[in-house]
Amino acid sequence: MIRYILKKFVIMLVSLFFLVTTTFVLMNAIPGSPLQSEKATSEAVQKNLEAYYGLDKPMIEQYGIYLKNLVQGDLGISMKKKFQAVDKIIKESFPYSLKLGIASVITSIVVGCLLGILAAMHHRKFIDNFAMVIAVIGLSIPSLVMAPLLQYSLAVKIRAFEVAGLNGPLDYVLPTIALSAASIAFIARLIRSTMIEVLNSDFIKTAKAKGLAGHWIVWRHALRNSMLPVVTFLGYLTAGVITGSVVIEKIFAIPGLGKFFVQSVSDRDYPLIMGITIFYAVLLMVCRFLADIAYVLVDPRMRAGGKGK
Amino acid sequence: MKKILDVKNLSVSFHVYGGEVQAIRDVSFDVKEGEAVAIVGESGSGKSVTAQTIMRLIQTPPGKIKAGEVLLDGQDLLKLSEKEMQKVRGNKIGMIFQDPMTSLNPTMTVGKQIMEGLIQHQSLSKGAAKTRAIELLKMVGIPNPETRISQYPHQFSGGMRQRVMIAIALACNPSLLIADEPTTALDVTIQAQILQLMKDLQQETKTSIILITHDLGIVADICDRVIVMYAGQIVETGTKHDIFHNPKHPYTQGLLKSLPRLDQDKNEPLVPIFGSPPDLIKPPQGCGFCARCDEAMHICETESPETTVLSDTHALRCWLQHPEAKRPASAGAKEASV
Repeated sequence: MIRYILKKFVIMLVSLFFLVTTTFVLMNAIPGSPLQSEKATSEAVQKNLEAYYGLDKPMIEQYGIYLKNLVQGDLGISMKKKFQAVDKIIKESFPYSLKLGIASVITSIVVGCLLGILAAMHHRKFIDNFAMVIAVIGLSIPSLVMAPLLQYSLAVKIRAFEVAGLNGPLDYVLPTIALSAASIAFIARLIRSTMIEVLNSDFIKTAKAKGLAGHWIVWRHALRNSMLPVVTFLGYLTAGVITGSVVIEKIFAIPGLGKFFVQSVSDRDYPLIMGITIFYAVLLMVCRFLADIAYVLVDPRMRAGGKGK
Repeated sequence: MKKILDVKNLSVSFHVYGGEVQAIRDVSFDVKEGEAVAIVGESGSGKSVTAQTIMRLIQTPPGKIKAGEVLLDGQDLLKLSEKEMQKVRGNKIGMIFQDPMTSLNPTMTVGKQIMEGLIQHQSLSKGAAKTRAIELLKMVGIPNPETRISQYPHQFSGGMRQRVMIAIALACNPSLLIADEPTTALDVTIQAQILQLMKDLQQETKTSIILITHDLGIVADICDRVIVMYAGQIVETGTKHDIFHNPKHPYTQGLLKSLPRLDQDKNEPLVPIFGSPPDLIKPPQGCGFCARCDEAMHICETESPETTVLSDTHALRCWLQHPEAKRPASAGAKEASV
């Protein structure tokens, strides 16, 4: 188990290094510079600015300096946001994204699993068809359409919620629905198909032959085995939902990290691009890593260094 | 001896795309206290459907129990509600399945899987159930049951898993044990061990056994009585002696002839039964074996044979043995076909 975790950790560090390198190269390959603006500046001022930010040095040296700072945990200072430190920007805006993300992940798992289980238990009956219709709707309507629809129907027409802004817990409801619709649908379909397969397997027959009740069989015997693909997906889901809320944050005017990410690219704000990219990457990797560990916990065959048959 | 199980005129169908498959047709048999009965037949003859109908494990739909009674201690299992049936399964009837590799839940410890039934049916506390589970594992011959109980199925070999399955099936001291091809998925040496175990346990616990198999060698080993099924019907029943030494139905005779024997001349080829069983979507009007039978008569094509009773223990469905059959049956018919 410890070897397994160590191995995963080393792989994480290596991929992070490649990611940093690639982002750095790509970012510098884009034409334009953070120091260009509409107002023309004299050559001397431009030179001074470049020297101040270290942009006059050769790229390989800039890369070296960035890596050195990164290892020390220093993400640098934003070139556009009035000299704010990158880590401070992240620290201030990320909690909004995180709260919304966690709410969405929980909603996706709970609702998705419920729909999927119900569909599997009533395979080819009304409930199954109904759940799958909902799932298809959830998958096929993109969040940028879903969000205004929700705003119009529930906030403008019925006035049950605020259209936008984040002033209370209720304001999280609409963005959460919009953000989790697709993953609810995905999880529901995933759970349904695995569970139908699991419910037809031999050990379920054994459980029935033991005289266990139907709901108990689903809960104790089928669910855990059906959860495996969901757990694998969970890492991507969590990271995807937390980082992928860019559009939703914009529509609902939520001051989250997504907004800064989009801005940083159009501003060519190098330290901020790098900082947020690395932050998202680490987040994604940690989620994947946790999912891997959860996988081991759910499936005993994965224990003992993955040597299980 | 008292009858534990009495199956009367059982018919089960499956509705599939092509129509209605009449998987078993008018099957009647009984199992007495402490007796081991074998149901033999080829694939698709209805042996497993019979077993699963007794346990009511048939999916409905597509399955449908069309007629008949399954009396366990006089109580018709087919009339019970699903809740009442749950009290029978695992408690009064235990079942062992064919493939031990897939019949245990991979995400639960072996101990928990044994304890489940005990907690459900005997309302034991967790501690008491665990003690009993360790006892059961010891009984089925698993070494170090105290440590093995907290291991997962993947840490057990195939033979060991089948032992665990037997422990699960016998956990609540059922009066009937149904073993659906318990040794088919195991290799030969393990087969012998599992059979020996079942034999010993039967003598110890006096549980009645229904053994479903297509392996006649196993039958001779542990069973008292044999039921031969073909195309969804029972074609011959009798004691082990009746079936092995005095088979009367051409199908039973064919089955035995197709087996290699030690006392046989090595150069003498085995005799197969040519052809294949009939399509049960349209079961033949007459005898199901008619098309493959060397001794078929005109009546066999048009009329389904009645049950003819030869002795207290021996009965069959074949026109050749019918009291009104014109030619003298028995030995003469057998030699004529060879």
